[in-house]
Amino acid sequence: MNRLNRRGRTLLLLSAAALTFAGIYALGLLLPEEAAAASYLDAGLPPSFSHPFGTDTLGRDLLARTIKGLSVSITVGIFASLISAVIAVLAGAAAAGSKTADACISWLTDLVMSVPHTILVILISFALGRGMTGLLAGIAATHWCSLARLIRAEVLQLRAQQYISISRKLGKTGGWILIHHLLPHLAPQFFTGLLLLFPHAVLHEASVSFLGFGLPPEQPAIGIILSESMRSLSAGMWWSAVLPGLTLVLVILLTDKLGEQARMLLDPFHAQE
Amino acid sequence: MALKAENIWFRYNRRDPWILENQSITVEKGERLALIAPSGRGKSTLAMILAGYLKPSSGQVLADGRPLPAKGVCPVQMIFQHPEKAVNPRWRLRRVLEESGRADRIIPDLLGIEPAWADRFPGELSGGELQRFCVARALMSGADYLICDEISTMLDVITQARIWEVVLKEADRRNMGVIIITHNRHLALKTADRITEL
Repeated sequence: MNRLNRRGRTLLLLSAAALTFAGIYALGLLLPEEAAAASYLDAGLPPSFSHPFGTDTLGRDLLARTIKGLSVSITVGIFASLISAVIAVLAGAAAAGSKTADACISWLTDLVMSVPHTILVILISFALGRGMTGLLAGIAATHWCSLARLIRAEVLQLRAQQYISISRKLGKTGGWILIHHLLPHLAPQFFTGLLLLFPHAVLHEASVSFLGFGLPPEQPAIGIILSESMRSLSAGMWWSAVLPGLTLVLVILLTDKLGEQARMLLDPFHAQE
Repeated sequence: MALKAENIWFRYNRRDPWILENQSITVEKGERLALIAPSGRGKSTLAMILAGYLKPSSGQVLADGRPLPAKGVCPVQMIFQHPEKAVNPRWRLRRVLEESGRADRIIPDLLGIEPAWADRFPGELSGGELQRFCVARALMSGADYLICDEISTMLDVITQARIWEVVLKEADRRNMGVIIITHNRHLALKTADRITEL
C-alpha cells in the first residue's frame, strides 16, 4: 500500500486547488460575454446538455455565469485575505513591540471583533461607495483580528527567548532581529492564516453582495446570482440557486481543507501525524 | 580596567523578596574569578545583570569605568547553561557563527567544530556540539569580559575539558576577564585564579 503521508496529501491538495482556481479564473476571463447573454427564448430552462446548470429567468446560461461569478469571488477572496493577513502581521508585531501600542491595538481588535462581521462589512462597503473597492476594504478591515492576536502572542513568546536577547547583546538592531529571527517563525502562521481567511472572505463577499450592499447587480458574482434566484425559486426553478450555491460550497471546502492541512503540517505538535 | 558590579540590589517585583542584596563583585582584565554558591542564591541573576540582560533594581555595572552600552556589541558576553535555548531552532548553525560578526574558522577549529556541522540545524546536533557553537560565538564577538554560567554542567568530561581549554587559552591570549559560575568546586579550583562565594 503506498498511502500518502500528510506532506504528500497536502501537496496533492495544493496542486489540485491551485489548478481548480487557475482554471476557474482563466475560464471566467476567457468566456465571452455572449456565453451568458440574455436570450428570452431560453428563459427558465432546467439543466440539460446544452445548459448543464440550466438558465435563469432572463435566459442566461447559469454555468457560464457561475464560472464568471466564481472568478470574481476568487479575486476578491485572494486580495481581501492577503490585505487582511498583512494587516494582521503588522498589527500583531507592533502590539508586541510596546505597551502603549499593545493597549491600543488590543482595544481595536476587541472592538472590531465585538461587532458582527457582516454588519461592519456592509457599513464600510456602503460608506466607500460599494462596488469592488468598498467590498475589498470592508472585508480586509474586518478579518485581520484573530490572526493579529495569534501573531501578537507568537511574537511575545519569541521575544522572551534567550537567543533573541543574545542577538541584541551581539549588537543586532531591532529591525535585524525582526527580519532574521522573528519573521521566519511567523511565516507558517501567516500562510496558514491566509489560507483560512480566504473562505471567510469569499463567503462574506457573497453574503454582502446577496444582501445588495456589495458588487453591482450587473456583475456576475455568486452572491448576485443567488440573490436573483430568490425571485424564481418559488416558481420551481431550484437549479438557479442549488447549482451555483454548490460550486461556491465546493470552492470554500477545498480551501478550508487546504488551510487545515497546512496548519497541521506546519504546527510541530501535529507535523508527525 | 575591570568589570565591576557595585552595590547590586535586585528583585523582579516590588512585592517579591530581594534576590540580590547589596552584592558587589569585581573582575580585573586577565583575571579568572570563580563564583560558587548553592542553587537559588542568585548566581545566574547576578550573571545576567553583569552581562546587561537584566537591569538591577539599584546599583550599577561598570565595564572599564563605563556603564554597559544599550546598543551595539556588548563588551561583556555571557554563555548560558542550555545551548539549545541559546540558538534559533530555525537557523542553520553557520548563521549562529556569523551572528558574532566574524566569519573566520580559527576559533571554531580550535573548539573542534567540524565544517559539516555548519549546514545543520540545532536539532540535529548534540548538546556538547551546540555548546561549542555558543562558545565560539561569544569568543568571536570580541568581548573583553566573558561570563560562563554553568557552561559545562550538561556536557561529558571530554567535551568539558576541550571547551575549557579553548576558553581559558583564548582568554589569556586576549587578556579577557572571565567569571566562572559553577557548583563544582574542583572545576573552580582548576580553572580560576580566585574563588568567591555568594
